[in-house]
Amino acid sequence: MNFDVYEGETFVLMGLSGSGKSTLLRCLNRLIDPSDGHILIDGDDIATMNDKELREARRKKMSMVFQSFALLPHKTVIDNVAFGLEVQGIPKEERYTKAEEAIVKVGLKGHEASKTSQLSGGMQQRVGLARALATDPDILLMDEAFSALDPLIRSEMQDELIALQDKLKKTIVFVSHDLDEALKIGDRIAIMKDGVIAQIGTAEEILTNPADDYVSEFVAGVDRTKILTAENVMKRPEPVVSINSGLTVAMQLMKKHGISSIFVVDPEKTIKGILLIDDAVKAVKEKRTLHDVLITDVPTVAPDEPVKDIIPMVAESQFPLAVVNERNKLLGVIVRGSILGALTIKEED
Amino acid sequence: MVIPEIPIGKVVESGVYWLNDNFGFLMDIFSKFIDFLISGFKDILMFLPPIAFIFVISILVYIVSRRDLKLTIGTAIGFALIESMDLWNLSIETIALVLASALVALVVGIPTGIMAAKNETIFSIVKPVLDFMQTMPSFVYLIPAVIFFGLGNVPGLVATIVFAMPPAIRLTNLGIRQVPVELREVANAFGTTSMQKLIKVELPVALPTIMAGVNQCIMLSLSMVVIAAMIGARGLGYQVLVGIQRVDIAQGFEAGLGIVIIAIVLDRLTQSITPKE
Repeated sequence: MNFDVYEGETFVLMGLSGSGKSTLLRCLNRLIDPSDGHILIDGDDIATMNDKELREARRKKMSMVFQSFALLPHKTVIDNVAFGLEVQGIPKEERYTKAEEAIVKVGLKGHEASKTSQLSGGMQQRVGLARALATDPDILLMDEAFSALDPLIRSEMQDELIALQDKLKKTIVFVSHDLDEALKIGDRIAIMKDGVIAQIGTAEEILTNPADDYVSEFVAGVDRTKILTAENVMKRPEPVVSINSGLTVAMQLMKKHGISSIFVVDPEKTIKGILLIDDAVKAVKEKRTLHDVLITDVPTVAPDEPVKDIIPMVAESQFPLAVVNERNKLLGVIVRGSILGALTIKEED
Repeated sequence: MVIPEIPIGKVVESGVYWLNDNFGFLMDIFSKFIDFLISGFKDILMFLPPIAFIFVISILVYIVSRRDLKLTIGTAIGFALIESMDLWNLSIETIALVLASALVALVVGIPTGIMAAKNETIFSIVKPVLDFMQTMPSFVYLIPAVIFFGLGNVPGLVATIVFAMPPAIRLTNLGIRQVPVELREVANAFGTTSMQKLIKVELPVALPTIMAGVNQCIMLSLSMVVIAAMIGARGLGYQVLVGIQRVDIAQGFEAGLGIVIIAIVLDRLTQSITPKE
């Protein structure tokens, strides 16, 4: 296999147990010696380094977070966090200063002197994360880092990792067997099967365009409402009627397309409102204009709004949803049917 | 058909004599060293008069056992009882013998255990030797000890060291081997040298098991020091021996009681040093 991990991205190695993802991760810092091939970090080949170079790379370039937390039971929280610095021979005062920074980053302030066995699982893994951050490495290797945590804490930790990564911009290689987790935190995901990579891509690419049967089966159970956004499920905004046209034009368009409402836009396609067919018929009888019956309070969503949040809006609203950009330009329309269509797994088309 | 007699005993005997003839000078150096250790410990322990000693040891026990009042009071009463039975000097001699032999056994045993844990070849050599050492009846060690070192404290101590060392080696080896894989991975992933890994991760994690080995080593030392009275080691063991030979129930019982008191104090003390989870 051959793959690149870009600087500053979160790259998820994803697969079932036995697919070789943890082994692959351990090859990156040579906890397992690769039998063949090259691992280049900034152009230096980890696979051919001698012991001294390897030690240096492990100390400065990368650090690791473990599934079982793997905290040293005889050390306090701050000494655990400072472990990597201690190994480098950094004097106590300096390493405590740096460790303290890392502890603050993961939100463990006040627990410095605690014994690790007194902490809950989530807090223990925060210590593990702080330990990895304390040496300020470029690369974080995370081996099923959140798998041992219960679901609520796991989700919380994922959110915090994402927030932390927004600030720190480390290169993270994250191993996971949980597809929802991979889709949530990964900029790109590699799906592994039997020691080879079946597909590499963004969450959306993998969901919408699986490379083979294995991948499509793999992603079949995914909660698509969390991944897909308004952009993915919206229809082209057709037909629309210009604000300058008359009611008759609008009615004709609705009749032609068999719809009961139509969006009204100005020449820049900025949304002005929605017109219902019943209102239009009534207005024509009463000789009123389009402006009089136009409903301007139209529900709109941004194109990156997840479908999960759109579903309740669609359910409550009697009109279609308008997808608009920040300048209120109409980009698309979402009706109930378009969401249902997007959520059903696409057959070969 | 008669199975021919193979003179195993004779061969070993001549081997032992050969060693003694050719390496006697090494034995002398070793003997001097052991003597020095024993008298050193004895001098330290004898430095204070009994009352002061009991006071100091009680405070020490109190601190080391992290304020275990029961153990502290028990220790004080136990040693007071020894003094009241007029066994003070003999008890101090026994304790000195135990400390000297346990010290040598640990200084040799713990590093051996570490090496055995790190290296399968060393382990495969050490393991049968340990099995051999532990299955031999303890009396058997007394014979070569007497040949090399004559009678007295020194051969007694040598036999004791041999007898007490195996648990120190075994439990150190076990403790290091039981260090979880992930903790080794942590050490490696953060770029430790193998020495750093040993000192900062493996030994501290293995410490409770190693301390169990230390406890075993000291307890076995005590039991062997008593048996070693048969080849002239002094102390309470000798007192017991004389008690048996003369069917002197009073003397035998008092000396025996003294040994029990020392055993309990040493056991509880080494156990309370062991860090708890």
